[in-house]
Amino acid sequence: MTRVPTIALFFFTWLAVFGQTQFPVVTDWLATPLTVLPALMVYTALTHGIFTVAILAVGAGLGVDSLSANPLGVSILPLFAVGFALQLRQHLILRDQTYAQFWLGLAAGLAVPLFTWVLLHLDSRPPIAGPFLLWQLFLIGIVNAGVCPALFRLFDTLRQTFDYQPMTEGSFRPDREIKRGRI
Amino acid sequence: MIAADVLKRLHYWVLGLVLVLTLVLLNLPPSAAGRLKTAIAALFIPLFGLTGSAQSFVDRASYAPLTRSTLIRELERVQAENRQLQISQAQARQALDENARLRALLGWQPRATWTLRAAHVVGREPTTWWRNVTVDFGARDGARVGQPVLTSAGLVGRIREVAPMYSSVALIGDPECGVSVLIQETRDQGLIQEARTAPSGDGMVLLKTLQHSPATMAGQTVVTSGLGGVFPPGIPVGQIVDSRSVDGGLFTEARVRLAANLNRLEEVWILIQLP
Repeated sequence: MTRVPTIALFFFTWLAVFGQTQFPVVTDWLATPLTVLPALMVYTALTHGIFTVAILAVGAGLGVDSLSANPLGVSILPLFAVGFALQLRQHLILRDQTYAQFWLGLAAGLAVPLFTWVLLHLDSRPPIAGPFLLWQLFLIGIVNAGVCPALFRLFDTLRQTFDYQPMTEGSFRPDREIKRGRI
Repeated sequence: MIAADVLKRLHYWVLGLVLVLTLVLLNLPPSAAGRLKTAIAALFIPLFGLTGSAQSFVDRASYAPLTRSTLIRELERVQAENRQLQISQAQARQALDENARLRALLGWQPRATWTLRAAHVVGREPTTWWRNVTVDFGARDGARVGQPVLTSAGLVGRIREVAPMYSSVALIGDPECGVSVLIQETRDQGLIQEARTAPSGDGMVLLKTLQHSPATMAGQTVVTSGLGGVFPPGIPVGQIVDSRSVDGGLFTEARVRLAANLNRLEEVWILIQLP
């Protein structure tokens, strides 16, 4: 199995974390910075092992916290919790269905910021949160719901491109070979 | 069956490890957490550099269609403005000297002197929880925690964290950027409170006066009071939009439209106190 899709996943995560600090016009227009990390975690949890989930949660969480005013480490647990929950139920989830990807993206998009908000409230420095938080949660949820199926398409295509394809069985069978000879 | 049990146990081991790591990170001393943040953020420096280069390329490309006559007109305007500013500066220097002499006669402490250093905004807050921007002005340029940040329009915030090559700025309205202000017309003092929306919302913040202030009216100017020692006095903060009595008429609360547009920050000035 090639490691290219996993490396691409981490590379995309690195870009996604950086992307959250850019695009001021979009951020100002929507009045919230957008994140696709919950959708990325959904994809990772349903296609990779628990170690990849943990590395992605720790890497992305530390990346976000280092670029923001968050206390260091607060973003790790919410991302990992989503990945962990999905990993435990991986065998029950219809991961190839677009509607499942949509709803999982939506749920993760709502769960990650909410869990982070709870953790920040346990810290000594509560975050800025008013009635506007509902709009921000709604937007992040919708964006992740939309992005999640797209991420599945993107990374599945990448996996099919770089992974070794299973050998298909040919129609040739030695026991049905016509032996030609002199009649 | 056994394999599934082992796999499940592995999951819980990893969960335990992540929990321990989170707890350790959240309980790090602030200095260690700051150093770790700086080290991790260094991984993104190539991307910051790339976006900075792309931005300057776009800026340079936008200069290309300017005609020679437009440039000459602009040069003449800037030269005229420069001459006016030189005269104003000379007058201000005289006033400063006079002020210093009078302060010395009265035995007052001399006023602190400040200098300005320019910085570019290279990143925004990636989460919804804080009002924060990142500027390309770090410890190697002389940045220190708490230095005021402003634009030509008014106060923006103060430096929250310093890394070697960049700094994080807490904007007005962030829980870490309390500003002591006064209303210029009435001299009533107050505090700019924590905002309800992040990132920068609609450009409004709440001002709560330290006592009931019935003379507070829309259109009055709010400036820094200098109390607390973080911000020098007299920096414009914004204008009052409306006001109301709160807490049974004990205090006055006013909505203030910030002078600096926090949503459109591209270049800012760092105020550095001279020794």
